Amino acid sequence: MFEHLKFRDPVLAKRIVEKIREVAPKSDVVKICHVCGTHEWTITHFGLRSLLPSNVEVIAGPGCPVCVTPASEIDEAVQLAQKGVAVTCFGDVLRVPSSEKSLLDAKAEGADIRVVYSVSDAVKMAEKEPAKEFAFFAIGFETTAPSTAIEVLKKPPKNLSFLVSHRLIPPAMELLLGIGDLHIDGFIAPGHVSTVIGLKAYEIFPKAYRMPTVVAGFEPLDVLFAVYMILKQLKEGVARLENEYVRAVNWEGNIKAQEVMQQAFEVVDGEWRGLGRLPSSAFKLKTQYVNFDACEKFGVHVKHGRDLLPGCQCHLVMIGKIKPTECPLFMKACTPQKPKGACMVSIEGTCRIWAKEAK
Amino acid sequence: MMAMCLAIPAKVMKVQDGKAQVDFGEGVLREVDVTLVNVKVGDYILVHAGYAIQVLSREEAEETLRLWSEILEAENQLKTK
Repeated sequence: MFEHLKFRDPVLAKRIVEKIREVAPKSDVVKICHVCGTHEWTITHFGLRSLLPSNVEVIAGPGCPVCVTPASEIDEAVQLAQKGVAVTCFGDVLRVPSSEKSLLDAKAEGADIRVVYSVSDAVKMAEKEPAKEFAFFAIGFETTAPSTAIEVLKKPPKNLSFLVSHRLIPPAMELLLGIGDLHIDGFIAPGHVSTVIGLKAYEIFPKAYRMPTVVAGFEPLDVLFAVYMILKQLKEGVARLENEYVRAVNWEGNIKAQEVMQQAFEVVDGEWRGLGRLPSSAFKLKTQYVNFDACEKFGVHVKHGRDLLPGCQCHLVMIGKIKPTECPLFMKACTPQKPKGACMVSIEGTCRIWAKEAK
Repeated sequence: MMAMCLAIPAKVMKVQDGKAQVDFGEGVLREVDVTLVNVKVGDYILVHAGYAIQVLSREEAEETLRLWSEILEAENQLKTK
């Protein structure tokens, strides 16, 4: 929709690229980081990196929810399924490698694992088969968490419980700034997460870290304008929070969505695949909803999982430290057909996007 | 398969009891949950995993394009001066 409004107009694109070249520093390297699988798709699919000056780099941070889900939580989902619980999950997570086996391996061995498009599908399935226990594997960032929260608050059927693995984006952005040798100069913040959490959630980045931060949409021109806006701030020596995606994002975000998340979840420290434990970066069901906690209900607890297979560099790809092509396994031992790492499995994983979309 | 941080725009055709029938541009109506947004028929919404997460603003979409042109025009004028 709004297609006629020229969000992909090549003439505008050419002109904004000229502007980027005007404001970009002549030789100093500028590193702009985004944190969204869909931004990476736009950038790679449309070949936007090739339009930028060679000293302006756009790197991909941990913006793929499937990729950041730690092996320990996939192990828990597998164990639930092995205990006879029907595990419902998003399709992308099926093939993600885990400590021993993926959900797909478990399914092949006969476990009841069902792909759903939405948490509401899991609710419908549980209502239809009241004699069977169901669990919903709730992964995703702030875009997805409200839908899980709604169903928890609505009093789900007694035979449905939740393995809550939601993660939060701003703490991951803070992690990147703490990595000394990454040297990020600006953030492109994820548009759809921002429709929920609002511009206000990123206030800390220009204020506390002096980091130019621009919330951007997902058309190629959105991304190019965000790059321009960041470069312009850098040239002026300022750090501001700007909104390129005004057609969907406002300062407050979706208050109702924030409220349901606050009612259903508490914020806790969370494991991120290959990145360790990040403070205040995950959601957990509040104690009054503990009856709906699948791990409590079935006594499944996995403390540590094996996040990376030998040689896999997903942890470095996920923080933008290396490009997929710098991983020794990329398109050799690890391909979209036979992925070794989570970043090659998910359609939002940087490696998979590079394998499928890079020209 | 779905992209987890992607939300897809759709046009609202009918609203009832927190659910809406929407058109993703395919001409086929699909049901989505609209508990989190205030919508009326004719609105465009962003849908993520079966739930509407935000109402899109046509005025703001047009405003974006106007601003883009303004940025480009303003700087062109500076150049020609």
